[in-house]
Amino acid sequence: MDQEMLLWVRGTGLQIAAAVFVIGMAYRMLHLLLLGRRQSLAEARGSEWSGGLRTMLRRSFVLPRLSARGKFTVIAGYLFHLGFFITFFFLSQHIDLLRAVLGVHWPALPRGVIDMTAVLSIAAMIALLVHRFIDPVKRMLSDYQDYLTWLLSFLPLLTGFMLLREIGFQYVTLLTLHILSVELLLIVAPFTKLAHMFSTFIARWYNGAVNGFKGIEA
Amino acid sequence: MATTLQRGINTLLGQIDAPVATFFSSCVHCGLCADACLFYTETKDPKYTPIRKLEPLRRLWQQEYTFWGKLMKKVGLSKPVTDDDLAAWEPLVYDSCTLCGRCSLVCPVGNDIVYMVRKMREGMVASGHAPEGLKGATQRAIELGSPMGVNLNTLKAQIKHAEKETGLTVPLDVEGADYMLVLSSAEIAEYNDIIGAVTRIFKQANVSWTLASDGFEGTNSGIQIGSSDLAAELVGRIVHAAERLKVKYVISPECGHAFTALRWEGPNLIGRPYPFKVLHIIELLDQLRSEGRLKTASVDQTRMTFHDPCQMVRRGGVIEQPRNLLKQVAPNFVEMPDAGVQNWCCGGGGGVSANHRAEPVRIKVFSRKKAQLDAVDVKTIVTSCSNCRSMLLDGLEHNHMDDIEVIGLTELVAEHLADEQKGSAA
Repeated sequence: MDQEMLLWVRGTGLQIAAAVFVIGMAYRMLHLLLLGRRQSLAEARGSEWSGGLRTMLRRSFVLPRLSARGKFTVIAGYLFHLGFFITFFFLSQHIDLLRAVLGVHWPALPRGVIDMTAVLSIAAMIALLVHRFIDPVKRMLSDYQDYLTWLLSFLPLLTGFMLLREIGFQYVTLLTLHILSVELLLIVAPFTKLAHMFSTFIARWYNGAVNGFKGIEA
Repeated sequence: MATTLQRGINTLLGQIDAPVATFFSSCVHCGLCADACLFYTETKDPKYTPIRKLEPLRRLWQQEYTFWGKLMKKVGLSKPVTDDDLAAWEPLVYDSCTLCGRCSLVCPVGNDIVYMVRKMREGMVASGHAPEGLKGATQRAIELGSPMGVNLNTLKAQIKHAEKETGLTVPLDVEGADYMLVLSSAEIAEYNDIIGAVTRIFKQANVSWTLASDGFEGTNSGIQIGSSDLAAELVGRIVHAAERLKVKYVISPECGHAFTALRWEGPNLIGRPYPFKVLHIIELLDQLRSEGRLKTASVDQTRMTFHDPCQMVRRGGVIEQPRNLLKQVAPNFVEMPDAGVQNWCCGGGGGVSANHRAEPVRIKVFSRKKAQLDAVDVKTIVTSCSNCRSMLLDGLEHNHMDDIEVIGLTELVAEHLADEQKGSAA
């Protein structure tokens, strides 16, 4: 029964989830872009494209002076995102799966490194959740989606870590749970704020384009 | 009230374009924008978090443009935006936002928050929720030609005064001049030395210029209150005057929002490109300097710093020009912390100075500028926005720092012109 379930989850289930993710995300991004915006009739002093591309890249690295709470958010945020992506893209089992699906592959990182990135990412997520509760600004801004998307991002990390260490359940059960948690994330992502994984770059482009048009290197 | 509310909501929905929808889709509620806003940093009140100021607009976007929002609305589980909501948000959208745009530089997902506040104000006006002070200023601008009630007679009196002082002619309505100078009301009413200063600089640099009797005032309360119709009417007067006089350039005054209105928003407001170019006065002065047409003969040894007007620098891109000019006449010029595009607002931009209700919070958040000034210990602050100038003077007075002088950059440059004897090294 467990084996059958696993077969479905890693076969048809994953295909459905991937399709929902790709089609849903493409639809969501197109929906945003097709709303359009008015082209400025003012005389440009610089280029929208160079400003847009510049901000798309630079906003990930260049940050202004921040308060203690700001620094905490940035550092924990970086740790979570980097840990998540390194774990996702450089664990050998993930590379094998991506190779089977996409046909491309790259070298894996040693298990010890992946253990570390996963643990750091999990720790950063817990710290960010606690901060969301105790920081007055974040607490005020937060709604149910913030907690839902936190949970949906946390489960693949947690079940993945348990799987590597075979903690709690049998291997097959853990693998099924892990894949299911990823599928849940894929299905929900296009319809929640998780869509920021793509829309962020469009947002940065629009922001940078306004400055680029005015000839401001910001 | 229902019809006004509906008009406001329709206006807000009409403001949602691809950037707005993308920004709301991308916000992860990290709260970093709070760190960039002096209304938050100086009060620590979370309600001043910039993205929070857009909550009614965000809710409308969610209900009309997202899958879950539409679903929730259909089953009656969403919270509609009410007139009370808009009334409650009025002080957040107007009193505690100077449209300084610092939040837009900080947001890690790239949201241009000030772009959205500007749009949100359109809906606030349409729903009848704009501050009385700004309504009055806008009404005076439309009816009398100036938010401060300055009219052509006031200007003519100041022209006469400047001509007497300089012994030069101040050109008015000269057809075919290259440049048409626009002033701000505060420059005509309070900081009128600017007229003589510009006259002397342009005389030395041999600039063909004029003032226009039907387009001399550049401040734009329409942009500050968020009414594109009224903003277009105000900008249209200047465009009309410039076209009548067939000038090649219109010079924006030392006034931040006048520059934004004339340079960046104007053509969009009137719906067509200009047949002339727009320059900030400081852009022009620096250009004259680099061409060797603006020569200074003396310097001011006073230790001074430069306050960056948000709309000229961060939002306007005139960043190096004031510094080039300052380096020429002020050898002891020092930069304050966060100078340039990251500088902090005086606290009174974006219509806050015209909104009396905002005065207590404006004075409170001046503590940020005070801290910046304490760090450099200067005798003089130079700026190039007459509104910043008034706000700095007011803030310094409230903080018992009135021994610090606040001056305009154009006047400082004029003090040290080569063919003049006065203003030699202090």
